[in-house]
Amino acid sequence: MIKGKVVASAAEAIQDILDGSTLIVGGFGLSGTPEHLINALREKGAKDLTVVSNNCGVDDWGLGILLANNQIKKMVSSYVGENKIFEKQFLSGELEVELSPQGTLAERIRAGGAGIPAFYTPTGVGTPVAEGKEHKEFNGRTYLLEKGITGDFALVKAWKADPLGNLIFRKTARNFNPLAAMAGKITIVEVEELVEVGELDPDLIHTPSIYVQRIVVGSNFEKRIERRTVRKPD
Amino acid sequence: MDSRLMIVRRAVLEIEDGMYVNLGIGMPTLVANEIPETYNVLLQSENGLLGIGPYPIEGTEDADLINAGKETVTTVKGASFFDSAESFAMIRGGHIDLAILGGMEVSEKGDLANWMIPGKMVKGMGGAMDLVNGAKRVVVVMEHVNKHGESKVKKGCTLPLTGQGVVHRLITDLAVFDFTNEGMVLKEVVEGMTVEDIKARTEASFSVSNDLKTISYK
Repeated sequence: MIKGKVVASAAEAIQDILDGSTLIVGGFGLSGTPEHLINALREKGAKDLTVVSNNCGVDDWGLGILLANNQIKKMVSSYVGENKIFEKQFLSGELEVELSPQGTLAERIRAGGAGIPAFYTPTGVGTPVAEGKEHKEFNGRTYLLEKGITGDFALVKAWKADPLGNLIFRKTARNFNPLAAMAGKITIVEVEELVEVGELDPDLIHTPSIYVQRIVVGSNFEKRIERRTVRKPD
Repeated sequence: MDSRLMIVRRAVLEIEDGMYVNLGIGMPTLVANEIPETYNVLLQSENGLLGIGPYPIEGTEDADLINAGKETVTTVKGASFFDSAESFAMIRGGHIDLAILGGMEVSEKGDLANWMIPGKMVKGMGGAMDLVNGAKRVVVVMEHVNKHGESKVKKGCTLPLTGQGVVHRLITDLAVFDFTNEGMVLKEVVEGMTVEDIKARTEASFSVSNDLKTISYK
C-alpha cells in the first residue's frame, strides 16, 4: 500500500498544533468525534485553543477532556447542555463562548471551506444571536449576516479512507465532519479502516481527498454512547 | 391522564400522511410513538438523518446512529443520511413540512423562548432557531403554567428569544391557540375547562374562535 498522507500515530499527526491554534472539530454529541486525536491533544497539552465544534463532549470524554484540562480558551458551539465543567467555566467567565445556531454554525464552516466569507440567514433575527450583526432585507424578509469560519486545523473522524485521503463516513457519524474537513488549513483525519487507493467507489466518496492533509488509522475505538435507548425484542 | 401525554396525543393530530416532520428533544420526541402506522411520515433528525426508526433492539445499538437528542435509534426503509449543512439546507430552505418543538415561554405575538435562562442554565439553541425560521409550520408544545402556577403563555417573553413571531400553533395541557394576523386566537379547550378558566391561567391576551372546539382525551 502506498503511504500517501498516512502518518504513524495520532501524536505525530497533531504535533504541530500549538498554543493559541483554532481547531474545527467534527462530531455531534459523542458520535463521530475524533477520539484518538483529542486524546493525543490532551497528552500534548496545547493550550489557549479556540475550538469550533457543535458540542463540547461530556465531562470525561470527547472535547470535555480538553476543557477539564484547561486547554480551551474559547468554544464556538450550538449546544453545550451535556457538560457540567463547560457550564461552570462559562458562568465563571473562565471560558469564552460563542453560541451559534446549529444550522448557522454548519453553514459558517461550509462557507469558510468554500471560500465564502459571509452569508445572510433568517436564523436568529430578533434574538440575542442578532446583536451587533448586519441586517438586510431580501424580498420583504429580514436576514442576518453571518461569517464563514476557517481553522488552523480540522480534526475529523471518518469510517473508511484511502491513503490519498478520500473519505467515507458512516450513518449519523457524518454530521459536521465533511464540513470541518473543508475548513481546516491542515485537515487531520482519524479513520477506522484504511483501504487501497482505487478500492473506494468514486461515486460513493463523501469527502474528496483534496481536503485532507493527514490520516491516522485508529484502533480500539471506544465510540461511547451518550444515551443508550433500546427496546425489547418484539 | 398525565398532562404531558395529553399534549402529545393532541400534538400528533398535527401530523398528516406524507409529511416530513422534525420533532424536538424531550416531549416532542414522544409524539413519534403516536403516529398512525398507516401513515408515510419521514422524521428528520438535524444531526443528519431523514427517516428515524424506533429505538434499537437491545444489543443492536450503534454509536454511529443517534438522533438529535443523542439517543440511539434505527432507520426506517427509505431513510437517508447527510451532513449537517445539508440537514439545515432542508430545514432553512423550507422543505420540512412541520416542526414540533418544546417551549419555556410563548408570547401573544408568537415569539418563542426555549434555549436559555440567563445566569442559571446555558444549554444553547442547537437547531431550534433554524427550525423556527425554516419549517413551513411551527407548533410548540408545553405545559400551560410552570410549577409555581405562573402562566408560560405571556404578553411578552421574559427569556431570551429563540424566534420572533415564528409560532403558528401552541398546544398546552389546557388549550390550543393559533397565531394569526389578527393576534392570538383560542381554538380549543380541554374538556371540563371554560374560556374563563383559560383566561385566568393565561397572561397573554387572546380572542376566542367562533368555532371553539373541545378536546376530549377519553
